Amino acid sequence: MSLLPSHMRDFMVVPVCHDIQVNGQTIGLHDSGVLWWPEESTLVVADLHFEKGSSYARRGVMLPPYDTAETLEKLAAVIDAFDPARVIALGDSFHDIGGSDRLPPAYRAMLTTLQLNREWIWVTGNHDPVAPVRLCGETVDEISIGALTFRHEPSEGINVADGEVCGHLHPAGRVRRFGRSLRRPCFVTDGSRLVLPAFGALTGGLNVMDKAYETLFERRRFSAFLLGENRLYPFTASRLIAD
Amino acid sequence: MQTGLLPPRFQTWFQSRGWSPRLHQLDLIGKLAEGKSTLLIAPTGAGKTLAGFLPSLVELDTEAQRRKPGSAGRKGVHTLYISPLKALAVDIARNLEAPVAEMGLKIRIETRTGDTPTHKRQRQKINPPDMLLTTPEQIALLLSDPASEQVLSSVRTVILDELHALVTSKRGDLLALGLARLRRIAPNLRTIGLSATVAQPEDLQAYLAGQPDPEHRALADLVEVKGGAKPDISILDSGERLPWASHTARYAVEDMYQLIKAHRVTLLFVNTRSQAESIFQELWRINDDTLPIALHHGSLDAGQRRKVEGAMAAGALRAVVATSSLDMGIDWGDIDLVVNIGAPKGASRLAQRIGRANHRMDEPSKAILVPANRFEVLECQAALAASEDGDQDTPPLRKGALDVLAQHILGLACAAPLDAEETYDEIRSCETYRHLSREAFGKALDFVATGGYALKTYDRYARLKLDQNGYWRIANPKIAQQYRLNVGTIVEAPMLKVRLVKSRAEGRRTPVGRGGRILGQIEEWFIDQLAPGDTFIFGGEILRFEGLNENEAQVSRSKAQTPMIPSYQGGKFPLSTYLADRVRGILSTPQSWQRLPSQVREWLELQQDKSRLPDRNGLLVETFPRAGRHYMVCYPFEGRLAHQTLGMLLTKRLERWGARPMGFVANDYALAIWGLGDLQTMFTTGHLSLDTLFEEDILGDDLDAWLADSSLLKRTFRNCAVIAGLIERRHPGQEKSGRQITVSSDLIYDVLRRHEPGHILLEATWNDAAEGLLDISRLGELLARIRGRIAHTPLQRVSPLAVPVLLEIGREPIYGEAMESILSEAADDLVTEAMGK
Repeated sequence: MSLLPSHMRDFMVVPVCHDIQVNGQTIGLHDSGVLWWPEESTLVVADLHFEKGSSYARRGVMLPPYDTAETLEKLAAVIDAFDPARVIALGDSFHDIGGSDRLPPAYRAMLTTLQLNREWIWVTGNHDPVAPVRLCGETVDEISIGALTFRHEPSEGINVADGEVCGHLHPAGRVRRFGRSLRRPCFVTDGSRLVLPAFGALTGGLNVMDKAYETLFERRRFSAFLLGENRLYPFTASRLIAD
Repeated sequence: MQTGLLPPRFQTWFQSRGWSPRLHQLDLIGKLAEGKSTLLIAPTGAGKTLAGFLPSLVELDTEAQRRKPGSAGRKGVHTLYISPLKALAVDIARNLEAPVAEMGLKIRIETRTGDTPTHKRQRQKINPPDMLLTTPEQIALLLSDPASEQVLSSVRTVILDELHALVTSKRGDLLALGLARLRRIAPNLRTIGLSATVAQPEDLQAYLAGQPDPEHRALADLVEVKGGAKPDISILDSGERLPWASHTARYAVEDMYQLIKAHRVTLLFVNTRSQAESIFQELWRINDDTLPIALHHGSLDAGQRRKVEGAMAAGALRAVVATSSLDMGIDWGDIDLVVNIGAPKGASRLAQRIGRANHRMDEPSKAILVPANRFEVLECQAALAASEDGDQDTPPLRKGALDVLAQHILGLACAAPLDAEETYDEIRSCETYRHLSREAFGKALDFVATGGYALKTYDRYARLKLDQNGYWRIANPKIAQQYRLNVGTIVEAPMLKVRLVKSRAEGRRTPVGRGGRILGQIEEWFIDQLAPGDTFIFGGEILRFEGLNENEAQVSRSKAQTPMIPSYQGGKFPLSTYLADRVRGILSTPQSWQRLPSQVREWLELQQDKSRLPDRNGLLVETFPRAGRHYMVCYPFEGRLAHQTLGMLLTKRLERWGARPMGFVANDYALAIWGLGDLQTMFTTGHLSLDTLFEEDILGDDLDAWLADSSLLKRTFRNCAVIAGLIERRHPGQEKSGRQITVSSDLIYDVLRRHEPGHILLEATWNDAAEGLLDISRLGELLARIRGRIAHTPLQRVSPLAVPVLLEIGREPIYGEAMESILSEAADDLVTEAMGK
């Protein structure tokens, strides 16, 4: 376990993953919150929410304007560590439709650099239903590769979508121990479907015990992988508590 | 007597009641007539409220007499009365009706609180009453209205009730800023402060006065009524065994019951909600005569509280168990005994509580102190001695908070475009912000306009914009709406409703029903730690937690005898510096021990024999082995908050030195740290130095490192961010599942610390924590005091004095375990169960 205070260790990425099976495919879950699929050299990241700060500022709520920079730095570190041939941004990559247009030049340049020499796929989300402007990459509503299908919002129903990988919900898990409770972003899966945690710097989480998950996973028949320091903490649903 | 100050109809009224005006009441009329702002310090029962209102009643009456018949009345408010409690404002308005009617005065008195309907507020703007009774938040709202100048420029007198209580919080800061604006609108206004006895009257006198010169402190006049009869205070002489470390005082319940039986009406004060619950329940368990005994605390349903208050005023109750929710204000009628259960915490705090008994100032109030454990006996003894000497220990005046300043600046801009320099001068014209630097003001203004970030990307979204004439204006009317929703400085901890439902215990498979009765509200963090089936105490009953349903905690009645979840949470107030010093004084002077109960005396003698006694200015540090661990216990007597901070810092330092500490626990008197390293040998061989361990530089880097991760600071940050208007208040009815959309203040805090550590909100957070949660200033004083005076006493076993704090282990949360290790431990033994592996 790292002894560095959390604000100094954030951008150090060790490309070691926790391997799981989804719809028969072996994929890696990483403690940064991304999915790594070595067979396809594909990295998947959900809910980046770039320019969330400026989106709020437009409404008079002056959140710190550092969210895009922070999300980008974290993403750059992950991409550096895995060097993927393909990146899939799983929707809500920008907090609103105008977000990609507002992206300050320095960050646009940084993002463009990250896109060099690799395939980049923007999956549309409810926050960004259209293709981002002045950026490389292909925009799709969903994409299937091998046994997996990547889309932003999970489709309704249990066991209806084998191999679905999605985001949208910002899953977070809460555990209690010794009278104290702790809440972390997490991956959720039942082996057939996988929901990724939100990657963006100012994105909150929705507890996996919330009703919203009842239509996706059979009650108490799923696992959550809580993000920790250089590792993931697996829990069965029965060990998790609601907010 | 200067009764000439009183018009004839007032004199007649006093005579008709068989009263004569009191000297201080006339004094106040005289002071106000000379245009002087005045602080009135008087004990309860001295006719303080009437004294505050008399000058205005006289003035308004004189004015009305001079007016030609048939001419229009005055336009605009003459007197503002501001109270910390809206119930108090309403109560006072009712109490004024009688004298005004009896004297036949043509004076219109109205209240304005959060409950006042919109149409009435509108009417008050168009046709203002002569006297408006209201709260600090309403003053802020009024002042943010573009019409405020018209309504308030006529104000001649502002009466501030319970001033001693108001000035200790951010509400006092908000009010100070409001007064500064009022003075600008109505330059001739005079203030009257009504206060209980305080340690530093000058602070309040300065608060009441306008401060034209930032270098020199101006004072309002002072009228002081020397305090009637001395209260009759004693410590309960119980035949029962005094507990070592309990907080419930359950041992003395039979004594309390006998006291209730022997008096007409008894008020029993406790420090926390859970103590109130516990005592109330214990009293009813033995209430064979079914005496009407009630419970009153802030978490109970408002309707239920009003019922208790009504019954109390009607004389239908024999006793009320209450927290500080009953500390203030409203007259509860004929209380002839106050019982203070647990630690008094401060001499002035105790005096104010005792003042609740017997509202006739020439008769002594009667009070009995019930210590819950042995250390509290010492504290009670110290408080008793302080009362005999008439000493006070109210805190010094606060420095105005930056988050409140930001809120106020936005309010001013909503009222009218503002000039930066004029506004800066206006703000410095109140004592609370007299020392505000131009730079800090600039930062606050910048924050309000664009968030105050070094990275200037939000200029085009600015909330305030500079116009061609150099005035700051709000960018659009929506900003004013946002301000109105956010006004005020009280940020409620997130609460859940407690709803009574049918139990699904004992295998019954009925679904948890809806529509049961709401019992009150409870803090969300408390419910967070419960699992379905856990029992806890609330509203005087033992309840079983059934589960959460949206924003409700569903509970059922339990037949359990004792609750499973011990709910003692240390009181909000730490032991005052003054009382702590007195307690150390008692400990180090064995001659003074004959006033103590024999059990306590023997305990101290044993300590003297087995170890040694803490002296008045130094620090006693004991080390001993116990059950395979090594303990270090020290006795700073600086209050739980300062001890917790010290515990965090010492364990960090010991860890770095390789002494392998594992955890610590703190109470108001002592701090215990334990670990695997043999601290005793390290200290005696000189391998580690105690002097270096307690060096003052511990408040530097170690503190910073710890704070980076501290959840304590995140909670403080949230409050500051809400008050300053960075994040919106959570209003009732907002869905919990909205959480992924709303931005968590924890995330904002992390981002700010990394990217802009000098941001004004982090500064505000730090200031709050240093004074409140972490008590850094007090810790600094301690470290300075004990320098070169640390006495290490190596022992073979635990000392008598160390027993109470060691018994806290398991009751109080233990610190020192990294959060990450909790996860790790919870996950590791469950890893095999995890699916997908």
